[in-house]
Amino acid sequence: MASRARALRQWAAGRYGADPLHLLALLACFTLAGYAASRVVVAGIWVGFVVWFVGAAIIHDLVLYPLYAVADIAVRWRPWRRVRPSAALSHPPPWINYLRVPLALSALLLLVWFPLILRLSQDGYRRSVALDTTPYLGRWLLVTGLLFAGSALAYAVRLRRRAQPERKGSAARPDGPPGPGQG
Amino acid sequence: MPDQPGEEQGREGGESVWRRGGAWLGSHPPPGPFRPDFWRSPLRGSWLTSVFGLVLLVGIPIIAITGLLSYAAYNPWLPGNDTTPERGLLGFYFFDWPTWPAWLYRVTQGAHVILGLTLIPVLLAKLWSVIPKLFTWPPTRSLAMAVERASLLLLVGGAVFEFVTGVLNIQLFYTVFPFSFYPAHLYGAWIFIAAFAVHVALKLPRMVSALRSRSLRRELRTGLDGTRPEPPDPDGLVATRPAEPSLSRRGLLGFVGGGSLLIFGLSVGQTLDGPLRRTALLAPHGRMYGLGPNDFQVNKSASAMGVDPMSTGPGWRLELAGTDLRLSRAELLALPQYTYALPIACVEGWSTQQTWTGPRLADLARLAGAVPGRVEAYVESLERGGAFSEASLSARQVADHRSLLALRVNGADLSLDHGYPARIIVPNAPGVHNTKWVRRLTFRPPSG
Repeated sequence: MASRARALRQWAAGRYGADPLHLLALLACFTLAGYAASRVVVAGIWVGFVVWFVGAAIIHDLVLYPLYAVADIAVRWRPWRRVRPSAALSHPPPWINYLRVPLALSALLLLVWFPLILRLSQDGYRRSVALDTTPYLGRWLLVTGLLFAGSALAYAVRLRRRAQPERKGSAARPDGPPGPGQG
Repeated sequence: MPDQPGEEQGREGGESVWRRGGAWLGSHPPPGPFRPDFWRSPLRGSWLTSVFGLVLLVGIPIIAITGLLSYAAYNPWLPGNDTTPERGLLGFYFFDWPTWPAWLYRVTQGAHVILGLTLIPVLLAKLWSVIPKLFTWPPTRSLAMAVERASLLLLVGGAVFEFVTGVLNIQLFYTVFPFSFYPAHLYGAWIFIAAFAVHVALKLPRMVSALRSRSLRRELRTGLDGTRPEPPDPDGLVATRPAEPSLSRRGLLGFVGGGSLLIFGLSVGQTLDGPLRRTALLAPHGRMYGLGPNDFQVNKSASAMGVDPMSTGPGWRLELAGTDLRLSRAELLALPQYTYALPIACVEGWSTQQTWTGPRLADLARLAGAVPGRVEAYVESLERGGAFSEASLSARQVADHRSLLALRVNGADLSLDHGYPARIIVPNAPGVHNTKWVRRLTFRPPSG
């Protein structure tokens, strides 16, 4: 019995490429997903559903990701960039994350709330809430302004700390507010 | 990641041509993202991916369970309440939704929506961290890998589909949907849950070992100067030609966490009352209407629902079906009045607690000759064409002593937008079942 199980595993490893349990788990997944998909068909909404589902799978990887990756490269691109300074203290500390972070957070808020900010859902919103979506653009701009102001303040504080001579800063070098990473 | 297929022996010539061709293709990826050295981030690696994965592993099940609970909260087994009648076996978990505690739905649905919003940056970070895998070359090395990648299509498609439909729905951006939200979000959720469960089952051991490979505490003490790429990993996430880091690992974690905190802080106010509600600057239902007794969140205006002010005037009567009783508002006000502070909690995640006054539904049932606890109620509204212009309340909901036909709120008459002349308030019921502008109540024996 044990040897037969081992033989099955070897056969699966050779022919299938993984443990039989791997296949079993995935078959269970496709069974449940397939059943849910059959409900979509019965509900009569499968065309729009499939378009949106497949669209969702590719919109991040092939649209949103390239967009922000290119934006990040653009932010970091400095054609006039000089050779990396050897004596860091004599040069301003890197500012890139002080730009990236507020920019990315502002873009994140826009990504989530664009129907309100750009007043695209005005009709549905007014019917439901009995108010206008007008304030959202101003609110988003306000938050964006605060993010940039906070970031500028943080950078100014850091510049000032650097300017104070001989603070033995190398060990305590802060890396500033975080940024979105590179693409 | 699945292993390479085992050694195969004794193949014929034609197949070996295929195999040789496949081997050549496998070692010659097309240019661009299919080449490993295209991916330069020095931060990508199994540890980082696993940190994001761990957060989602905690968060996604909470969102899934609260979402399924929300469906159960509609008591879809009652006539007229089911928005997805074709659900089949996917309705296996329904139960009689309780009326106690009154704040339960407020908490579960608030958590569903606010946690979903909060996890958006984590989801984006997780997708960012694994994106080189999308371009793995060759696309598949074994049947196992092909099948697993197919499940990843369901995983990524399901995740983005659920988040996008949810986010658009709470902003009332219905016009873009080519489907009704309820069935799409529910069946999409089951597809996502299926793919999520199998992904967790397959990757959990890897996540645990990757998390053990580095100390979170040490990462949080490591600045940019000390940031080095993770050692090469079997998952192929670590860049083969990493760029100079411009951000530390703790910086990236702080950024993602900061994004989550920002979204959370600007939206959680729509689930709160009092001064904190004003913090909901970027949330659809955290608006201020004024300071009066009726100045709280509206979510279906009378004019949009086609409620004619004429029909709510002095001529309005509450019809108790099965009897000759047609009660005017004055007659309803002459019944024993009860006052309770109860929340309205919407499927869209917002909620607010107000103080409602009116006769008990149980008293109205008695008036109609029924015994509370043994009858359900079918509620019909004056509104025209709305999805929830009619709703059923369970026997338990009718019998609860806090279930009211509210006539007044916070000491004043209801405003038209809040359901004047009369509306239902049932503890712990989803907002849409607190029917406004009630015109007829039918008390009848339980349907099953």
